[in-house]
Amino acid sequence: MIELEKRFDIATEFQAMAERMLEAAKARGATAAEVDIDKSTGLSVEVRMGTVDKLQYHRDQGINLTVYFGHRKGFASTGDFSSQALEDTLDAACRIARYTSEDEFNGLADPERMATEFPKLDLYHPWELDAEMAIEMALQAESVAREHDSRITNSEGAGVDSHAGLSLYANSHDFMGIRHSTRHSLSCAVVAQEGDSMQRDYWYTVSRVPGHLESADTVGAEAAQRAVRRLNARSLSTREAPVLFVPQLARGLVGHLVGAISGSAQYRKASFLLDSIGQKVFPEFVHLREDPYIRQGLGSRSYDSEGVATQVRDIVKEGVIQGYFLGSYSARKLGMPTTGNASGSSNLLLADTGVSFVDLIQQMGTGLMVTELIGHGINSITGDYSRGASGYWVENGMITHPVEEVTIAGNLRDMYQGIVGIADDVDERGSIRTGSILINKMTIAGQ
Amino acid sequence: MKQAIDFAREAFFAPAGLTEHNMEQVFSHLLNKDTTLADLYFQSARYESWGLEEGIIKSGSYSIEQGVGVRSVCGEQTGFAYSGEISLPALLESAKAASAISRAGQSGSVNAWKVTAPSRHLYGMDDPLDSLSETDKIGFLQQIDSIARATSPYVQQVMASMVAVHEIILIMDESGRMTADVRPLVRANVSVIVQRKGETESATAGGGGRFNLDFFLNGDKAREYAEDAVRKALINLDASAAPAGSMTVVLGNGWPGVLLHEAIGHGLEGDFNRKGTSAFAGRIGEQVAAKGITVVDDGTLEMRRGSLSVDDEGTETQCTTLIEDGILKGYMFDRQNAALMGTNSTGNGRRQSYAHLPMPRMTNTYMRAGGHAAEEIIASVDKGIYAANFSGGQVDITSGKFVFSASEAYMIENGKLGRPIKNATLIGNGPDVLTRVSMIGNDLQLDTGIGVCGKDGQSVPVGVGQPTLRIDGLTVGGTATA
Repeated sequence: MIELEKRFDIATEFQAMAERMLEAAKARGATAAEVDIDKSTGLSVEVRMGTVDKLQYHRDQGINLTVYFGHRKGFASTGDFSSQALEDTLDAACRIARYTSEDEFNGLADPERMATEFPKLDLYHPWELDAEMAIEMALQAESVAREHDSRITNSEGAGVDSHAGLSLYANSHDFMGIRHSTRHSLSCAVVAQEGDSMQRDYWYTVSRVPGHLESADTVGAEAAQRAVRRLNARSLSTREAPVLFVPQLARGLVGHLVGAISGSAQYRKASFLLDSIGQKVFPEFVHLREDPYIRQGLGSRSYDSEGVATQVRDIVKEGVIQGYFLGSYSARKLGMPTTGNASGSSNLLLADTGVSFVDLIQQMGTGLMVTELIGHGINSITGDYSRGASGYWVENGMITHPVEEVTIAGNLRDMYQGIVGIADDVDERGSIRTGSILINKMTIAGQ
Repeated sequence: MKQAIDFAREAFFAPAGLTEHNMEQVFSHLLNKDTTLADLYFQSARYESWGLEEGIIKSGSYSIEQGVGVRSVCGEQTGFAYSGEISLPALLESAKAASAISRAGQSGSVNAWKVTAPSRHLYGMDDPLDSLSETDKIGFLQQIDSIARATSPYVQQVMASMVAVHEIILIMDESGRMTADVRPLVRANVSVIVQRKGETESATAGGGGRFNLDFFLNGDKAREYAEDAVRKALINLDASAAPAGSMTVVLGNGWPGVLLHEAIGHGLEGDFNRKGTSAFAGRIGEQVAAKGITVVDDGTLEMRRGSLSVDDEGTETQCTTLIEDGILKGYMFDRQNAALMGTNSTGNGRRQSYAHLPMPRMTNTYMRAGGHAAEEIIASVDKGIYAANFSGGQVDITSGKFVFSASEAYMIENGKLGRPIKNATLIGNGPDVLTRVSMIGNDLQLDTGIGVCGKDGQSVPVGVGQPTLRIDGLTVGGTATA
């Protein structure tokens, strides 16, 4: 079973350790300090071609310490929890702080912003799983995939992962928070072949709750279907056309927004959406909400990495940007209050436009449905976007053939304004939850 | 002189009171009659980094990572466990967990350890963290800031960083081989944001390798990196939309060798080929590149970022010919995949840390020089683009499709460099892109020491390089369709 055994004892031990470190930092002259202590345990199995490939036991731990001497800051970390290592870490953080500059915006978040309520987020669900069960489940997924279609000729394997962790954060405002969480997943990747064409594709399921994972049969069948339907893909001639991003990729479009309206991009003026609060960046049917309190959510948290209470809020309302993602440092730089996002966005939910995936394909009529993107061709300062893509060419609402070796390009500002529909086929396998997104026009480069 | 093995004994055995005899005990738990390979990988790494932004030293960090990874391999099957604590009970527990990969009972032992050392050391053993005073480290970053700001009034932001890593590793394997390595790694990076008439752009520059931090001061690298970053950012301010479609592309020398890393390098890693999932599987002896093209993976270059005296399995690194005169010659192997394919490791078994399993990975991958001058190559193109610098890439090894993104590029018209064009992604097909190379430059250059390669969630430092190349027909992913 993948569980952090004696986790309540460990929590008590970590509390004492955190208190000692904060005390010791103070004794060394630090005016403020904060500490993270994490421990996790896990099991990963991978099978390939019907036999076990890898069996891995994970056990990780780490301490991160930040000390402040007035407005100067030092950071050190260690994976060794011996008292000598903790002393060395304290010394190292204090040494670093002697050389960093005075920065008036440095410091802990304001004490009145510390979370005081800790609603049950239900993030800890250990799995009654041993290596044999995990192997059996992975073998089942792979065998379903391999038997699904005679064109599945090879496999990259199937895997089951289960992790349980405990994470403590404390600071010298007397804030202390402890989180217990689990995360489990099952994945499968197979290779389809026909003539000279060879294609790989995969599917996975992930959840904090073992019982909420998709079945091995579903994961295997989906992986096989996805690999087979990519066979005999070809390039397109260069053209402009509408582009539909399936939910797994639509998540990335929301992710680029998060990056552009994060505090660090804003204060550095390194964003294509600079000073965008109040700007209508999207059409008015676009609404994006942040909800850190979803029970069992992959991005759920009641406090951020500075102990600041998180909040349910609108990020985009009727197409208009309502707020940034700020931690206390970037908030002070911008003269705004922190939004409780020192550790990034929590759960984000993009509202659909009341259409299904099939409706959205019909709405597109003729264009490119993108199912995979490669490369990192996104300029977060200008919004210029150019990435390798594969997917399906659609004519009059019907898929005509798989596509590969093309790029799709545009500018994120135009792409956001060009959203014409969001389907309800939400992918819940991440902290960003969105359905497929249809963009009216992008440049597709091919042969 | 103190040897790597002495550093290793000091780091791993002395503090926990461990002896080599204890390791025999660990192996007696790890080995059974199915075992084909087993090893312990001890690692101790110290990292220090400094960051400048807005003219001040905003961040500094120090961290220690140490632990031991325990691996038991039975043919294709691998059992693995690791511990951040280096002690006999932790080692025995990890050995027990890793050996669960086989049901065969314990059998076999290691009775004597033999220390092996590589025939040559490619870098020094000094601790780079101590190679400069804190004042000098910070002074270097401040120098970058002032040079960048003095270079152009349009510079708005300068972010500079310096990182030093000192790593000690010890590998003990089932044959009784005991190999240690002490590895320095440093890197400096500068990123600038420029603004002019409401237009904003950015660029980065940097370098590093397996040496001490004084490299940056002695070579006046602050000036080189700062001026290079500002130059590239200003060029991007002038850039107009890149074209879209297939065209002739001239790639600059040095870092654009990322083409080789993505287009063919990953596809020639032994694991994908053993499993038959690479577009290059089963193609040894076939022509996969134009005549005249020779590509090697060379882990033996002194002090390069991708170099290693021994890989993470204790195998001495080598220069492996991947493609010779256009013909596919060989793959890159770690011990496990080599054994399964009936060959020897090429010294490409690498891992991110003790908490990760080794895999076949590249070291420094580059193409040997040809006979043409760069100017001659550019002059040969009627209409196309010249891509002088790239930001990175990715590959789908099964379909062979790869991308890499230009960060500095120009139009070529009538054999002359024209207007700069915006960042665009280039896409191609690994197994045939090199068959379209029609001219190879005489100006082979390796990158400045900035490469990081990601595979299966593991990052390792690598190098790339190439001479200037002309490729006839590569798809350029711009927005200008006319």
